[in-house]
Amino acid sequence: MSWKIWALKKSPWVFHVNAGACNNCDIEIVDLLTPKFDVERFGIKLVGSPRHADALLVTGVGTKQAAIRLREVYRQTAKPCVVFCIGACACGTGIFEGAYHVAGPVDKIIKEEDPNAIIAYVPGCPPKPEAMISGVVKALSVL
Amino acid sequence: MSVPLNVLFWVVVIPGTIVLGLVASWIVRKVSALVQYRVGPPIFQPFYDVAKLMGKEILIPEQAQQTVFMAAPLVGLAGLLLLSIMLWRITITGTAYLGDIVVAIYLMVLPSLALILGSSASASPHAAVGTSREMKLIMSYELPLVLAFIVVIIKTGGQLSLAAIAERAPIFSISGFLAFLVALLCVQAKLGFVPFDIAEAETELGSGVLMEYSGALLALWKLSQATMLVVLPLFLVMVFLGGFGTAGWPLLWGIGKYVLMLVLVILIKNTNPRMRIDQAMKFFWVYCGLTLAFAITLATIGNYCGIGWL
Repeated sequence: MSWKIWALKKSPWVFHVNAGACNNCDIEIVDLLTPKFDVERFGIKLVGSPRHADALLVTGVGTKQAAIRLREVYRQTAKPCVVFCIGACACGTGIFEGAYHVAGPVDKIIKEEDPNAIIAYVPGCPPKPEAMISGVVKALSVL
Repeated sequence: MSVPLNVLFWVVVIPGTIVLGLVASWIVRKVSALVQYRVGPPIFQPFYDVAKLMGKEILIPEQAQQTVFMAAPLVGLAGLLLLSIMLWRITITGTAYLGDIVVAIYLMVLPSLALILGSSASASPHAAVGTSREMKLIMSYELPLVLAFIVVIIKTGGQLSLAAIAERAPIFSISGFLAFLVALLCVQAKLGFVPFDIAEAETELGSGVLMEYSGALLALWKLSQATMLVVLPLFLVMVFLGGFGTAGWPLLWGIGKYVLMLVLVILIKNTNPRMRIDQAMKFFWVYCGLTLAFAITLATIGNYCGIGWL
């Protein structure tokens, strides 16, 4: 394991992208920073700019409007980076499957930009904070 | 100082300052976490962060002025490390020269100027707003900071050398205490901590001035922020609290004073909401300015009539 990956596992900074979510997953993500879960213990920090980020937490179904921006944000993220699809919508469009405004599940949008992107899925509506921590740990352990 | 010790000093001073700074930035995060009933990061967290950023890709925006964009973090860090060498030199070997407090004041502006240059070279609208705020913030706090040092210079009878100033503790007088309070708030603004993190404003500007930096360049900014956490409280200790010793109780006492400064800064950081830029300007110019005018008057009267506590 190279030192780059080792250091990345020790301090994954996340950037939160809302690609048309109903705000439910977003609230659960912010829960991770509260005293009960406190992910800063593991060095996880919410940052304000994709250029600082190591992981993109994407929530929402990926609407046609948001897909363009999502690809742009992915291009702006410094590599290596991991994309997390948070929630049922981001993983597989959920109840919006086949709707007129949906550009596809998040992984499809990201793969159009970069076929080799590392994508992790955390299903749930919304996923519990524990599930998100578990997802992050699993994704980092396969890096 | 003997020759081997001297060589050791030059070898150790720069990495030592950076390591101390990273530990100080861990203290900031840990104490903030404790204030919020969280556990907080492990002690090596800032080291992991810097190591990780060093290994990441460096992205440079297409429209950016590349030379300035890449040189700015180096200039900022270099200025701070130069200042730290001056301060350690004065503390450890007593090597000082006339007017070094003026040089120190100039060197302290350098990181902020580099930040302005770097962020305005990055061609990002968010960074541009951050730049304009940082500029206004510098204009607000520079004047009170210099006035606070003038109070100290008056109190110590016109001394312009830091080594001579560090022998006295002007904080134990009314004017010195007022000047210290104002200087502490100016240091808070220089560090870019909440109430004065107006330029970095994570919530509305998305880390503002640093927005376009990534990878190793961002790591350099993180290092210069960490170094600032060593240099600025150390400078306050030397100017207002009677400096460090090099051995025994004076050394322990000096470390205690440094930690006290750091904890004061952290507590101010954790108990205040962010100001708007116009509020910050009004605060520094009107309230701090008036306080310092009062302090300078007191110090001059005290000096003229020979009353030490005034």
